[in-house]
Amino acid sequence: MLDVSNLHVSYGQSEVIHGVEFDVKKNETLAIMGRNGMGKTTLFKSLIGILKAGEGTIKIDGVDVTDKESYQRVENGIAYVPQGRMIFPTLSVQENIETGMEVSKLKTIPDDIFYLFPVLHEMRHRKGGNLSGGQQQQLAIARALVTNPKVLLLDEPTEGIQPSIIKDIANILNELKSMRDITIIVSEQVLSFTMAIADRLIVIDKGKFIHEDLREDVDTDKISKYLSV
Amino acid sequence: MGYSADEMMAIFAMQGFAGISLFSVLLLMALGLAIIFGQMGVINMAHGEFMAVGAYTTYMLSVLSEEFFPGFIQYYFVFAIIASFIIAGILGFLAEFALIRHLYKRPLDTLLATWGLSLIMQQVFRSVFGAREVSPTLPDWLLGSYQPTDMIDIPLNGLFVLALTFFVTLGVFLLMFKSRWGLRVRATTQNRVMSSAVGINTKMVDRLTFALGCGIAGIAGAAFTTIASTGPTTGSLYIVDTFMVVVFGGAASLFGTIASAFSIAQAQSILEFFISGSMAKVITLLTIVIILMMRPEGLFSIKVRK
Repeated sequence: MLDVSNLHVSYGQSEVIHGVEFDVKKNETLAIMGRNGMGKTTLFKSLIGILKAGEGTIKIDGVDVTDKESYQRVENGIAYVPQGRMIFPTLSVQENIETGMEVSKLKTIPDDIFYLFPVLHEMRHRKGGNLSGGQQQQLAIARALVTNPKVLLLDEPTEGIQPSIIKDIANILNELKSMRDITIIVSEQVLSFTMAIADRLIVIDKGKFIHEDLREDVDTDKISKYLSV
Repeated sequence: MGYSADEMMAIFAMQGFAGISLFSVLLLMALGLAIIFGQMGVINMAHGEFMAVGAYTTYMLSVLSEEFFPGFIQYYFVFAIIASFIIAGILGFLAEFALIRHLYKRPLDTLLATWGLSLIMQQVFRSVFGAREVSPTLPDWLLGSYQPTDMIDIPLNGLFVLALTFFVTLGVFLLMFKSRWGLRVRATTQNRVMSSAVGINTKMVDRLTFALGCGIAGIAGAAFTTIASTGPTTGSLYIVDTFMVVVFGGAASLFGTIASAFSIAQAQSILEFFISGSMAKVITLLTIVIILMMRPEGLFSIKVRK
């Protein structure tokens, strides 16, 4: 579904991602684990097209999107929930969700969105900036889902969110997987969250993949060691 | 002072109405600028020249219809408003494509670039239309005045401009806050990168937003011809006042823009009658500076958690 080969990404002269290769199958959930500064966010930004790839190719469902703008990649079926959520603070919750409906040509917000995120329905007339962190995270996911993506990118969805809400978000994602055909790629530092949702784990270190495991075979102690500073 | 109560009433009514005409033009100018500066963050010093484009378009249509279709002279003005909008809009579209889009990451440089653009446009006006001020022939229905009492004289052109302003404002409001297009604009201006990442073609949104702002300035120009004559530097006379209106009102607030255009125009116009024009300006400016020191975000601003 998502096919990445030999991807190099740089900020100016300094290369941050050194030729990573991976592909994610349809309906699979892949977690990319790593400490701060190892290139998770850079990798995600280059997948959605905010950063241009220096070398390599990115294919979504067989279509090469390496040279395309972000909005064209979204048209090709990839959606992005950034680190820090980045909702539009002065737009209402409803308007925030509607910004994602440009691509899918939906007229009204689908019912399954409010089924997954009942709190957003309650707060739909509030300004996005006045929501709590966990609510904003749900809003950012909802905004990505209304584009009807084949591939959903989640960059550190648990960052700065209290533990009980982290569990809720894991449940929502698992429910989502049972409702739709969707491939998810999530970057994380919280191992318990990853173990609750992912089918496969990859560890990234200094811009390279250094370890890969299916969830069934994961040695949690070993992964924890990679994540500890 | 030596004015009777009746005279004072008449003075307030007429100066108040003169203020409303100024308010209408200021508001039309400020609406375009509120979109371009308030929403996009581009400091468009050439905004006044896009207004002049509208004014000259109206003048051209007036000359053409006098020359070739004398019977049309009663009606041309309505078409002139539409033509002013379209021509100023197209020029704005081209300016964004050629110049502005390269400068989104450098907002202060837009000030210099658009100032240069305004000088170029002024010189083009001077070369094409001459340095003398021109006025279109106004249709009869815009001339004359309405007299509710013996002492009060309210000019019809002022009433027309007021009505035009009302409909344009309403249109902009509906477009920005009730349509999907407006939602795209508001999302893009808040976070250009993220808007693209949720699937909005932000480059096209920017281009059309800038064109819309310039088109509204064109309408302001058409309205302007009914109350004053147009010269190459007409636009630059209004640009400072217009920026003041937008900043004073609160950059992203449409309602604030209306309130601030109204208070600035009224203060100016009523003070002008009793003291000289330049003193009126000094007092208005000082008041605005003091208010902005207390409320740097302008009269109205949207409150959200930071």
